[in-house]
Amino acid sequence: MEIPAIVGAGLVVIGAGIGIGRIGGSAMEAIARQPEATGKIQTAMLIAAALIEGIGFAALFAVN
Amino acid sequence: MRRKIALKPITLLLLLLTFVSYGKEQHGHGEAKTDKKSEVDAFIAHHLKDSYDFNLFSWTTEEGVEKHFGFPLPVILWDNGLKVFSSSKFHHGEEVAEVGGSYYKLHHSKIYKVDGPNGEIVEDEHHHAVNEKPLDFSITKNVALIIMVFAIMFFMFSKMAKSYKKNNGMPKGMGRFLEPIVLYVRDEIAIPNIGEKKYKKYMSYLLTVFFFVWIVNLFGLVPIGMNVTNNIAVTLCLALITYVITTFSGNKDYWKHIFWMPGVPVPMKIILAPIELLGTFIKPFALMIRLYANITAGHVVLMSIIGLGFLAKNFIGTPLSLVLAFVLSILELLVAALQAYIFTVLSALYFGMAVEEHDHH
Repeated sequence: MEIPAIVGAGLVVIGAGIGIGRIGGSAMEAIARQPEATGKIQTAMLIAAALIEGIGFAALFAVN
Repeated sequence: MRRKIALKPITLLLLLLTFVSYGKEQHGHGEAKTDKKSEVDAFIAHHLKDSYDFNLFSWTTEEGVEKHFGFPLPVILWDNGLKVFSSSKFHHGEEVAEVGGSYYKLHHSKIYKVDGPNGEIVEDEHHHAVNEKPLDFSITKNVALIIMVFAIMFFMFSKMAKSYKKNNGMPKGMGRFLEPIVLYVRDEIAIPNIGEKKYKKYMSYLLTVFFFVWIVNLFGLVPIGMNVTNNIAVTLCLALITYVITTFSGNKDYWKHIFWMPGVPVPMKIILAPIELLGTFIKPFALMIRLYANITAGHVVLMSIIGLGFLAKNFIGTPLSLVLAFVLSILELLVAALQAYIFTVLSALYFGMAVEEHDHH
């Protein structure tokens, strides 16, 4: 394992973390604004978070 | 009411059992050698691997003899004819197994052919064994668990189907627990993603994959320590089925949107076609990696934290690691269901894309 690869994977994971954080934050705001749409917002949030998570894992496995 | 009261101690007992067994596994391994850190590392690596026997726990006696507690599983090899024998012949990888004139040895949880009863594994400079590998169809730990989950699911759902017949459409017992989940998969996953008209054809697969992944993930959290979804071959197969179903149910519009995207200029169409085609492979690939990586990462973190307790060995570190392990176990329970849900939703989404009919303007 080389150090640049590890640093790159770390950067990707930071990016994925920020992305998922933003999705979660936006979903919270949306739920606060429209509590009756909670179910739909949660579903969309989970799907989007899962897609970003996939990229994070892909980076980790590229290093591995 | 009585049932409710009885449930609590049982749950508590099971929880305690989890810690006892985890503890035992770690403890037994940690005594023989001085370097505990690499011991924990090796244990985690071993835990994530498939194996040829069902090893519940092993320990080293004071005389330095390794003892194993578990039971062997059948090994099935195709090597100039079918060869079936019990994995106990390997003596946990310590001895060469002799079957019908051929000799086999375990090396890093894989079976290799060796020359004689004292044959050795030959390694090249990259530490890869160069010995011949026979075709392996063994019932390994993972296969055994998949068969078990198959039996459990068959029992659960056939019982549910029967209870509908008996009680004039009212579910009873197992059915009462499963009906809301089945309805959830239909109403919240299949219909919104695939559409009112076509969802029925895909329900069988979506329900199967949801319950299979969920139950298998839950089994990964019980103390016997068998997990299937951290084997990438299993998630590959699941993703492959999704890919095949998506490809074969793709209608004219689906293929048109891949190869000749309507509504964009011609140069763009030429650029988009390979990207879209690649996208059809990346989607199931991401499904595979997501499930595999989530479960593997969860297990590695959980076991590392338990391992920290054995490394710390003081009054602050060890209880702290136990508390953390407890919290993480609960989180893993959530992840087990969440990953099943995500896998099903994304599969349904891809099926929906394949069968969607676009209105042409």
